[in-house]
Amino acid sequence: MHRLTTPFVCAFVLIALALVPLTGDKFFIYLGAEIIIFALFALSFNLLLGYGGMLSFGHAAYFAIGAYTCAIFLTTLELPFLVAFLGAVGFSAVGAAIIGYFCVKLTEVYFAMLTLAFGQLVWAIAFKWVGVTGGDTGFIGVAVPEMLKAPATFYYFALIIVTLCVGVIWIIVNSAFGYTLQATRENRNRAEFIGVNVRLVQHVTFVIAGTFAGVAGALFTLFNHSVFVESAWWSASAEVLIMTILGGVGSFFGPLVGAATLIILDRITTEFTVYWPTVLGIILLIVLFFFPEGLMGVFKKKKGGRS
Amino acid sequence: MFDNPMLLFIQFMNGLSLGLNLFIIAAGLTLILGVLGVLNFAHGAFYMIGGYASYTLVNWLSGVPGGFWFAALGAAGLLALGAWGIERLMLRRLYGRDHVYQLLFTFALVLIIGDVVKVVWGSSILSVSFPPGLDGAVNLGIAWYPSYRLLLCAIGVAVAAGLWFFVNRTRAGRLVRAAKQDREMLQALGINVGRIYMLVFVAGSALAGFGGALAAPAIALAPGMDAEIIVECFIIVIIGGLGSLGGAFLGAIMLGLLTAFGISLFPDFEIVMVYLMMVLVLLIRPWGLLGKPQAGG
Repeated sequence: MHRLTTPFVCAFVLIALALVPLTGDKFFIYLGAEIIIFALFALSFNLLLGYGGMLSFGHAAYFAIGAYTCAIFLTTLELPFLVAFLGAVGFSAVGAAIIGYFCVKLTEVYFAMLTLAFGQLVWAIAFKWVGVTGGDTGFIGVAVPEMLKAPATFYYFALIIVTLCVGVIWIIVNSAFGYTLQATRENRNRAEFIGVNVRLVQHVTFVIAGTFAGVAGALFTLFNHSVFVESAWWSASAEVLIMTILGGVGSFFGPLVGAATLIILDRITTEFTVYWPTVLGIILLIVLFFFPEGLMGVFKKKKGGRS
Repeated sequence: MFDNPMLLFIQFMNGLSLGLNLFIIAAGLTLILGVLGVLNFAHGAFYMIGGYASYTLVNWLSGVPGGFWFAALGAAGLLALGAWGIERLMLRRLYGRDHVYQLLFTFALVLIIGDVVKVVWGSSILSVSFPPGLDGAVNLGIAWYPSYRLLLCAIGVAVAAGLWFFVNRTRAGRLVRAAKQDREMLQALGINVGRIYMLVFVAGSALAGFGGALAAPAIALAPGMDAEIIVECFIIVIIGGLGSLGGAFLGAIMLGLLTAFGISLFPDFEIVMVYLMMVLVLLIRPWGLLGKPQAGG
């Protein structure tokens, strides 16, 4: 996408999204809300993969921590909404800080494996700590504030939060820190030689990505009024990876496009067939072999970008 | 439990037979990971096909003496053939690309194979009967123990010994080890590395199919069994060290024993224990118990 057209496209998309509740159709409002929540989740993931070159296979863990914290604070502890929401964000950040500390010591497949291991540990805790999380049956009946119960109100709330987060992420990747991060991706050794503390940069990125995943998770709790343990299972981490690759890792907005495409395709396909996994598998194969730069890569001019 | 030697022994044997069966599958995964550098998520799906294929083959060969064993070998052969096709047609085109593409490719296979299994064999639970003569128990002095599980132990040990011999004592094994170490150097020496990759992928996948066929009488065949086994195999490979066969052996035994004793000692936290063990190993030795430290890492 050309630099000058980007603001126009953004404004257009934002206006289009803001108009969705005016249709008055619950189906579209729910679909739209799900898309914007997962768009944020995928965008947070791409900070790691696209900008940092770190393949995390346990990103769903922070989404789940945010989701469960929000649910537990609101329902079990009966805390005010603001405390619950900020608490969810804070807990995801702390979780990502602790786990990230160990993970950034490793690279490539080893990094992926360790993030997977920690992600599964989070899942196992959520699965087994039945008294707190509801275990296998899930955390049902979250005490969502009255204000956010109407679909349209929730939709606007989610849209505002996600837009703000996307703005912050945009500022981060275009800051000096963002460029440093991309330098560590391109050449770790060189970055180290010029004095960049690669591990620190990666750790900070890990925390930022985990935090935004936590925001998405908290929003998802408010959206669903429940949390299920599957949200921490590794296939949830695979899903966000697929969204990101589908949209394109090399582009800022790619993950947003990927999330929207995947969710809409899921809805359409499940109308016709129960074999959504096969359809998804075939889509993946097509993307992998024919459009390695994702959907955004198709629109982008060839400029030898990283795939 | 610890005051009852009989129970202790039975749990120990359960852990061992589970671990040795897991080893057969995890060995294939770790070989593929070590040589090709591909984290094969579809390995569990291959195991699942192995189990289901042996179900069908056992039924076909019901009158044939030793039918079960032909079915197990047939399942392994089927997987070898399938893996050959997948490698030749698709996977090889992804070798030069980033890890994430190979990983997603195998994930696409998981999604498709899961549905194929549902279409071919249905969603209900199937079971394979024990091979004739192996449905009883043997007196081991301390306790009676199911003979099929004993045989699983023996086969696991035999496969481990065979793999060890192949990798450490044959020329082909030496080439496999060399391909793990330095692909370019091997290529420069005039060795067809592409063929080694293909053969390792085929052999590793055949092991998954064989393991699935062997496990089939001891478990229930159901869609979703692939997700369980792949997570267990990942844990084994992570604990043992990526690409290390000895590590996979150690990891498989540890996981088998921890599962067997965990279920009776901490029934509520057995799964947490398993993941905790993995994280602990990784914190102390990030490259696994018998793995090699990552260069520059």
